[in-house]
Amino acid sequence: MSTALVTDLTIFVLALLVGIEVIGKVPATLHTPLMSAANSIHGIVLAGALLVGLTAHNAVGYVLAFIAAFFAAANVVGGYAVTGRMLKMFRRKAQPPAPAAPGQPPAQAKSGIPAQTAPNARS
Amino acid sequence: MNTFTTNIQLVYVLAAACFVVGLHLMNSPATARRGNQVSTAGMAIAVVITLVLLIHQGSVTGVGWTVLIVGALLGSLAGLWSARRVQMTAMPQLVSMFNAVGGGAAALVAVYEYIHDESAPGGVLGATSVFTVLDVLIGSVTFTGSLIAAGKLQGVITGQPVIFRGGRALNAALAVIALGTGAFMFTTASLPALLILVLASLAFGVMMVLPIGGADMPVVISLLNAFTGTAVAMAGFVVSNWALIVAGALVGASGGILTKLMADAMNRSLANIIIGGFGTGDTTVAAVVSGDTAVRSIAADDAAIQLAYASKVIIVPGYGLAAAQAQHGVAELASLLESRGIEVSYAIHPVAGRMPGHMNVLLAEANVPYPLLKEMDEINPEFARADVALVIGANDVTNPAARRAGTAISGMPILDVDHAKSIIVIKRSMGTGYAGIDNELYVNPKTSMYFADAKKALAEMTAAVKTLVG
Repeated sequence: MSTALVTDLTIFVLALLVGIEVIGKVPATLHTPLMSAANSIHGIVLAGALLVGLTAHNAVGYVLAFIAAFFAAANVVGGYAVTGRMLKMFRRKAQPPAPAAPGQPPAQAKSGIPAQTAPNARS
Repeated sequence: MNTFTTNIQLVYVLAAACFVVGLHLMNSPATARRGNQVSTAGMAIAVVITLVLLIHQGSVTGVGWTVLIVGALLGSLAGLWSARRVQMTAMPQLVSMFNAVGGGAAALVAVYEYIHDESAPGGVLGATSVFTVLDVLIGSVTFTGSLIAAGKLQGVITGQPVIFRGGRALNAALAVIALGTGAFMFTTASLPALLILVLASLAFGVMMVLPIGGADMPVVISLLNAFTGTAVAMAGFVVSNWALIVAGALVGASGGILTKLMADAMNRSLANIIIGGFGTGDTTVAAVVSGDTAVRSIAADDAAIQLAYASKVIIVPGYGLAAAQAQHGVAELASLLESRGIEVSYAIHPVAGRMPGHMNVLLAEANVPYPLLKEMDEINPEFARADVALVIGANDVTNPAARRAGTAISGMPILDVDHAKSIIVIKRSMGTGYAGIDNELYVNPKTSMYFADAKKALAEMTAAVKTLVG
């Protein structure tokens, strides 16, 4: 096994652990946007598709590069656009950005209502 | 590694860091949007630096540039168009389509590298070939599997499990062929073997998802998301690019965690879902309401009285609400009640909707502030204080039978709807949920059934409340 490969594997394993750590904390409210965000992140394969262009010098290479670039670009652009669209809906709230801390549910619910009634109720 | 390529790798590390920070900011709805922006910035950095690398190396031909640029532009347009146009109820299908193209692109990168290396004097390198084979395998399975999953959710392909004689044997055979060919390719570079690997993997993707029912698609999409991430990480090994490895691993981890959460919330093992248990899609068969089960039905006026004179109402939305596109209707009724000083909150079961957190997005779209959406553990103790629990298109997740042993849903975490002082259930019929069992909640003496389409029912109730309180 070459050192380069060992480095790559190390990075892979550490990134997996970082991913588990970071994503384990995301609240259920945001799971759909999270999945959508993860979806756009795997669009990084666009970089891989572009790198194909380095050595693609025949018809087979061009066709594969074209399809790969098309797929990956659709993934990246669409993924980020739709994630942004979803998160914008979450943000439009009149709520103060008090993070939905799961402490004292009754108090939180009470404070939530007047703030919401003012701008939103009559829409 | 010369200085230039070292610097390029460092920029890729920066991009990867942006992805981690971006995901970290998704921890709270307040910062999530910034998270997406940070992640987008990371992606832009990665793409730009790749272009810089291509220009610096100077080996991309004119045709090559045209192909890459035209392909990427058309792809961007297609992605943007679908992202703008998609209905929020159709999010799972779109996510699945992005899984398909992501996995497909990752597989193509490996296919190209394999063909390229095979014709080179040195042949395919031993260690690299392992990742190449894995990339082709996982990427191809994800590609067709995600297309089938999207088709099932969209209704293009039947949501019912497609099971035929010998299906499992065929599946096993395809897996053996794909793995066997892959193992052969570790040692011998062969283009026909590559072709067999691709075809067997594509077929396996189709065969893996076809027997799974539409109701289990959320878990399948989560799983395929993890697959795509893994395929992309493998592509990172193939082209030795750290950004791909890190990003792929992050997505693999997130898909894996969400898959586990979903499976736990449905009280089923992943193996059970993949092999195909009772996930028979949405059962809409209306069972005849038999006389001896004491089901009480209710009219809009009575429901309105109960709601209007309550002091605390908990709304329990389920997939039926999304299917009827009634999220705006429920938000309207809720804000009407709130304007009367009634405390309204929403109880969200982890599997409400068609993917994890889907119901939250649908309600956010209808302008419901996210602090009102309560997760299961948080809301369950509150049901005892609620005057009315309004269940809209949710079934199995409210069935008290889950607390007893010996039923199809035993042990599944449920919302304690039956603890509320009174319960109104809006439902089209007495049909069972996808677990295929009767819901004991419906025969509870505290429960009134309102048989109607969710959207229509909510409009009628809202109108009735308005007339009542004038």
